[in-house]
Formats: sequence, structure tokens, C-alpha cells
Amino acid sequence: MNSVAAPNVVAPQLVVAPAARRLYRRRLACGFAAFAIATSAFAQSVIPNNPGKKLTFAIRNATIVPVTSAPIPNGTIVFANGVITAVGTNAVIPAGATVIDGTGLFVYPGLIDSGSHVGLEEISAVPGTVDTAELGDINPNARAEVAVNPHSNIIPVTRVNGITSVVTEPEGGIISGSSAMIQLSGWTPKEMTLKAPLAMHIHFPRLRTAAFDEVPQDEEAAKEATKNYTKQIDKLRDTLRDAQSYARAAAARTNHPDVKHFDRDLILEALVPVVEGREPVVMHANLERDIRAAIKFADEFKLKVILADAEDVGKVIPELKSHNIPVILGPILSLPPREDDPYDLVYGNAKTLFDAGIPFAIQSQDSHNARNLPYQAAACAAFGLPKDAALRAVTIAPAQIFGMADRIGSLETGKLANIIVTDGDPLEIVTHVKRLFIGGEDISLETNQTLLWEKFKARP
Amino acid sequence: MKSEKDVVGRSREDVVGCRLSVVRDQSASSTLGKRFLALAFLFIAAASLSAQDIVIRDATILTITHGKIEHGSILIHGGKIAAVGANDRVTAPANAKVIDAAGKFVMPGIVDTHSHTAVEGSVNEISLPNSGMVRIGDVLNNEDIDVYRQLAGGTTTALVLHGSANPIGGQSQIVKWKWGHPVSEWPIADAPRTIKFALGENPKSSNFRPPPGIPAQYPQTRMGVEEVIRQSFTDAKDYLSRWDDYDARKKRGENPIPPRRDLLMETMADILRGKIDVHSHCYRADEIMMLLNLSDEQGFKIRELQHVLEGYKVAKEIAAHGVGGGTFIDWWGFKAEAQDAIPYNVALMDRAGVLTSVNSDSAELARHLNQDAAKAMKYGGLSEEEALKLCTLNGAKQLRLDHRLGSIDTGKDADLVIWNGHPLSAYSRVETTFVDGEIVFDRQRDLAMRQQMATEKKDRLKKEADEEAKNKKSSRPGKTDDEPKPEVTNE
Repeated sequence: MNSVAAPNVVAPQLVVAPAARRLYRRRLACGFAAFAIATSAFAQSVIPNNPGKKLTFAIRNATIVPVTSAPIPNGTIVFANGVITAVGTNAVIPAGATVIDGTGLFVYPGLIDSGSHVGLEEISAVPGTVDTAELGDINPNARAEVAVNPHSNIIPVTRVNGITSVVTEPEGGIISGSSAMIQLSGWTPKEMTLKAPLAMHIHFPRLRTAAFDEVPQDEEAAKEATKNYTKQIDKLRDTLRDAQSYARAAAARTNHPDVKHFDRDLILEALVPVVEGREPVVMHANLERDIRAAIKFADEFKLKVILADAEDVGKVIPELKSHNIPVILGPILSLPPREDDPYDLVYGNAKTLFDAGIPFAIQSQDSHNARNLPYQAAACAAFGLPKDAALRAVTIAPAQIFGMADRIGSLETGKLANIIVTDGDPLEIVTHVKRLFIGGEDISLETNQTLLWEKFKARP
Repeated sequence: MKSEKDVVGRSREDVVGCRLSVVRDQSASSTLGKRFLALAFLFIAAASLSAQDIVIRDATILTITHGKIEHGSILIHGGKIAAVGANDRVTAPANAKVIDAAGKFVMPGIVDTHSHTAVEGSVNEISLPNSGMVRIGDVLNNEDIDVYRQLAGGTTTALVLHGSANPIGGQSQIVKWKWGHPVSEWPIADAPRTIKFALGENPKSSNFRPPPGIPAQYPQTRMGVEEVIRQSFTDAKDYLSRWDDYDARKKRGENPIPPRRDLLMETMADILRGKIDVHSHCYRADEIMMLLNLSDEQGFKIRELQHVLEGYKVAKEIAAHGVGGGTFIDWWGFKAEAQDAIPYNVALMDRAGVLTSVNSDSAELARHLNQDAAKAMKYGGLSEEEALKLCTLNGAKQLRLDHRLGSIDTGKDADLVIWNGHPLSAYSRVETTFVDGEIVFDRQRDLAMRQQMATEKKDRLKKEADEEAKNKKSSRPGKTDDEPKPEVTNE
């Protein structure tokens, strides 16, 4: 299979810091409540969990691709207590280390999905197993890490494709809640959570109806759409203004201990770090009009913005540059939004951002098939993005965008030992992950799917 | 049109009846879209007039049936593959157009045995448990841009199916994506007639509610699904015996009153006569066994099990019935009956002797079925050639069109795809696609056309602005904008 899977070992270039985005979910929205009862039994994984032992490991004679520096042929990587302790040709293997021979193999940092619903849903059509969208428009106090099911069947399936961390995020309404960066291994949500709240997710209101865009002559419907849109923007603006006032009131209280009584409001409290610019906002906006409106809105409140989804990103490059806004792209394997768009519009966006020097990362915006994240990145490379930049977009770039580059995203001393050992380029479909370490723990490559495979392979 | 697709579920068909929940952006500047189509039509028309011989030179040819030819050539003549072999074994006529494909890969056009692309309006005639009289072939729309997008991903042939809202849906249509041609030229002349059956959650309306005012539809259980199919064949047999009786009496010289002709019963009768191939949507192993048993009992043939996500659990029974399986390689968990779907399904069915293909059920997935084929190497260890067969020859066999589709062999249709790299690599993209020897997609052409469109748009906007300025000038002074403007005439 050399013809297909020639591993991509390219010297990484200097920082093209990453970015992010997301698309619309394709889940079955129309539910049927009766199923909720029947399904809980098979929504739990029985795959062995992480062993809880952060032993000392050394992988030697492998091609090591740290991502933030040049690939190391015949290199050695050492990790202990969950952290990488040495990377290089001359790395010393400590006594007592478990040594893995990596001859013919490749070592990469675990991949990072910049936007997913992993852990928050099990069976899309069964509402009882889906915890992604709260009721109503304004839910900043909803926190993704609270509802992550550590024993979801989806978690092992995702990690055996080399993805070791994901941003898992709520959706629905306008302010959907905050996301978390989670490790795809752990016994409790807390053990899995690397950072939370990671970012506030705002699905920026969209001025879009069939009447408005497809049948413009229907003025009444267009008026109605505009009215609803304005109402939504007003609601969002009022909420953020309230949060600003709340922040001032809270600060005033700290300075005036004689104020005995202060009614806390958890909704506004969740927005304080957002309006104070301490917590980033992942702004989900797709078409040019919505992206521009979202950027303008963010300016008004001086929000720290990460743009997500953004299929029309090519039309707002100067704005992104002048505002220093990184972008989360994906899912890349998507149809263009309009009939007259180039067929490769979505495939080509990463190259456009790369050429403009705008940081970007790639998301699956999926749960069951978040495992296909690497192939989404490869699709960008098929349409002009350098291969090493595609790899960065699912490793160091998201770590940088989410302010976690000190812990994940590359193979460097001091970082978490989130490590995959492969027989080729992890962005190629035909490549296999041979070993998997998350936080330095040796993780099983079994999934419910491999168990079913083994079971039925053995059927007489 | 857009609103019918990309509905929230995994596919349009999977969310039968959920038409209310539309997710994707609906905006479309249709005017420009139509102009693009018009341009594309012109280009195609020009291309087809020439009907010139074409030689693809110096490519790596993935023949599917006889291995890989490095530095090979293909001669296209009259829409067919006239010769294929090593460069020095294929001689080109003097006037042939030569395409230099050095460093590139050629494979047969991808055959997608599960599509709903180009269907105008709903894919489901949802009002009856058996709507076998309706025909998808009557409602194809040759302006659906997704057709062009799929050609840009190498898909050239599709089985365009009715939806899965009822146990027996409508008749489906096998087409070639002859972009730029009238829709009357799309159906493949010697292709079999086909019909869609459906089992499980969709025909029993599990994941959607009927719109307000519409009562719940029978069936609501897998038991009911079986009964609808059994009853339909039972009725068809009664219908046939009435006609047999009529024919016999006529033969005896009597003057009987003919039975009433019933288009649904005619359809069911044609299934029993083997004139219509059954392609049945299914997920779970139990419902697959139900249909296999029912086909034995009623005496009809199932050509292909569609989706067949739990086919691996009963692969040997499927193989024993000589039934094919067309599946998603790695979609799972989107509903309860997809919970045990595993990507190893393809390998397990293939190894058990089931004729297996990967298909799309999605206008998006139909743009990269080559990648689903590659996943069968990852999950279950199929060889490169076995994997490629999944999206070419095996589908062609399931459609009973392998005498003309699915491999690069002399005499077969010149449905070919040139890739810039190996088609099983996630880094590869399509350069040129041929249907019946005609270039229906070409990346360089596409890029040039974009430029042309951008220029045209700019020109038109300028013209519009100029005209507006002119009109303003010609209006009488003293008038305000609120007053009616004088009409512009051509005098």
C-alpha cells in the first residue's frame, strides 16, 4: 500500500497559528420519546478503561513527528508520570522503562478535534441519549463537561483513530453554553476535563429564510424574517449589556463589603469572563452576511472571538486579519451552501486562510464520526493546503487557539503524553494506529465495534 | 430544492417525513446558478459535437478486472473504451485528442447504488404503505448542481431510489450523470427496472411524527412491515390469476369482461415475474432474515439489501440467497437500529461471499465514495483491488450492468476518472471525469469558468449601475425620488 499510504513527514513550518469553526449538525431532529427507555442499556461502553498507571515508557527507533519541530528519524521518545520527558535521537532511556520498538513506525501527538459533541450524545434519534441543546436562546450557564458520559461508546471509537482530545460543545439557541477540552480517557468527567469552561459558544442569529433569500419578492415574509432577526440580536445585546452591568455590580460589591445583600444571577455570572475578555467566544457564523454581523457585534463588546463554521471565510479575510480572529473550519467534507458556489468551496477554505496567514484549526462537528477528523484535514490538503499545515490544524493549531499549547498539540518535553504510534501518515485513511497513550496511560485499542467484529468473525 | 436535502438526519431518506426540519443554509443566488448551468451546457454541447477520439496517455490505470497498468494508455472511441494497455500497446488515431496523464491515476467511474440526487421534490410518496406504482424516473431534474459536484468526485452512475417511508416504495431509476444532456438521455437503456422496499424504523414511522392533521400510518411495527409486503404479493397473485382466468376464457372463445387494470398490481406482478429488481432498505439482522424468508415464501428475488448495517451478523444467509449488500462503511449510532453498525461490516460480508458495495444515500458522501472504499482496507483488511471494486464493479454487478460498467476493459463504456494521485488516498482529487467518452467535469475547465463568471458578474453589475445613473439623469429636474419615475423606452 505504499502507493496510498506514503507517510507525510514534512518539516513543519513556522507558526501558522490555528483557528476554528463548525457547521450545522446533521442529526435526526425529530425524535420519538418511546425509545429513550429501551436504549439506555446499550449506550454504555464495556471497553476496559484507562489503567490508572502512568508508567515510564520509551518508544525507540521510530520516526518521531513532534509537529513543532522537524521529524526525527530513528528517534526516541520517553514519557513518565503522564508527561513527555525526552524527545530526540539521543534521548536517554531510564532504567525500568517499558521499551517499545518503533522500527518502521511513526510517533505523532494525539490529534485534537476543535469542535464536536463527543460524550454529549449517544444515539442521535433518541432524545433521552442526547444532551447537546438546552431549551431557549440564552444558556451561558450550561457547561458541556457536566454532561459528558465517560462511558459513551463513541469515546473508544474516536480515540482509536488517533484523536486523543476533543472540544465538546453545546449547541442550540443563541448562547448555547460553554465547551470543554476533554481527554478521550478517564473514569469520571472531571478526570477527562483538561480545561473548562474553554469558550462560550454563540450561534450568531442568522437572517435567513426561504422567503428572504430564495423568493425575495415575498416582502411580507422578508419583513417578518428581518423582524425576528432584529429581535434575536436585541436579545443577545441586552444579555451582554446586563452581563456588563452585573460585572460592575459584582466588582462594586467586592470594594464595598458593607453591601450585605447581593442576588447572584448564574446566567449573567457565566458571561462575566466573556464580557471582560478573559474567556473566548466561539462565534458560529457561516455566510458572509452573518460573519460580518458577528464581527461587528463582537467589536461592540470587545469580545475575544474565535470564528467557527464560516464557509464564506474567503470573503472576510481583511476583517479577520485586522481583528486577529482565528478560525475553526469544518466539517470540510460538506456541500457548498449555495447552488452557484464552486464545488470545492469548503475544501479550499483552509488554503485561503493559510495563504492569508490567519490561524485556523479543523473540527468534525460530529460525534459518532468525529473519528474521521484526520480525513477532513487531508481533504484540505487535496485542495492546496500544504500537508504539514493540515497536520498542524488538528494538533498544535487548536492547542494554540484555545490557549493550551503548553500542555497538548505536539511532542515536546513537559507536555502531556498524548501519543499515537502509527504505521503511516495519520491523515491517510489506510493508516492504522498501533499504540495509543493518553496522559501517559497505555490505552486499549478495543471498541464495541472491534468486539462485534471479533464475535461475528468467529461465527461458524 | 436545497431544503429537501441535508435534512437533519444522516440522509434525506433517513428522515422521511421530517421535511419540516431543514438545517442547511437555504440562501441561493439562483440567477448566477442558472447562468453557470447555462455555461456548462454550452461547454458540454460543444464537447459532444466533436465526438473526437481521445487517448489518455501514460497514466497508472486501475483496471479493477486485470490489475494495475503502470504507464498505460486508454483509447476512447465512440463513447466506449476501444483499447487499454501499456503505452506502446495502444496506438492513437492521428486526429485523436491526447490527454497527458503522466503521474496520474485512472479508474472507472464510481457507481453509486444508493442516491436521491436530482429528484425534484420529495423522494417519498408517503401516503400509502405500498406506493409501488409511482416512479422516480418521472421526476428527475437535470439542473441539480449536486450532479455536477458528484462528477467532480468521480461518481458517474447512480441508482436513484425512492425513499424509505413505506414498506414498498416507488420504482427507482438507474441513470448516468450525463450533465448537460436532457434528462431523457440519463436513464441507461438496458438497465433493469428497480423498486425500493424498506424495513425497520423508517417504514414504521419511528423517528418522525406525521404533520398536523395527518393520521399515523400503518405499519407501526416490524410485524406490520412484513404483513404489508406479504399482503401485497398475495394481492398480486390474486390479480394475476384473474388475468390468467380471463386469458383462458378468451382463448376458449368466450367473451369475458377483462379485469380492471391496476398499476400497483402490475408492478407487484412484474416483481414476481423477475422484471423489476428489488433493492431493500434494512438495518437489523432480524428484519434482513424476515425479508429473505418472505422472498422464499412468496417467490420473489431480492437483488440488493441497502444499508444492511447488520448484514455481518447474517452474512452467510445473505450470501446463500445470492443477494447483494450496499452499505455505508462507517455511519453508525444515528438511530437505535444503527447502534450495532460497524465499519467491519463490508469486510465480513465480502469474506462471506456477499456481493458488497459502498454507496452514498447522500449528495455529499457521493462526492468521495473512493474514501469509503479505502476504509474497507483499514477496517477488515481488504486489498487495494477489492476495495476499489466496492465503489465500481460490485455496484455495477448489483445493478446488472457489469457488461458495460465498473472496470476498464475494452468494449465497456468510457466512464473514466483521472485523479491527481491514488484514489484510495485521502489527499487525492479528481482532475477529469468522462461519461460515455465525454468530458463532463474537468478541474482546469472549472477554474477557468469561475473566472469567466466573476468577470461577467462584474460587468453586469457595472451595466446595472450605469443604467441606473442614466435613468436618474433622464428624470425631470425637480422631481423627488418618491415620485414615480418616467418609464424608460427604447425609442
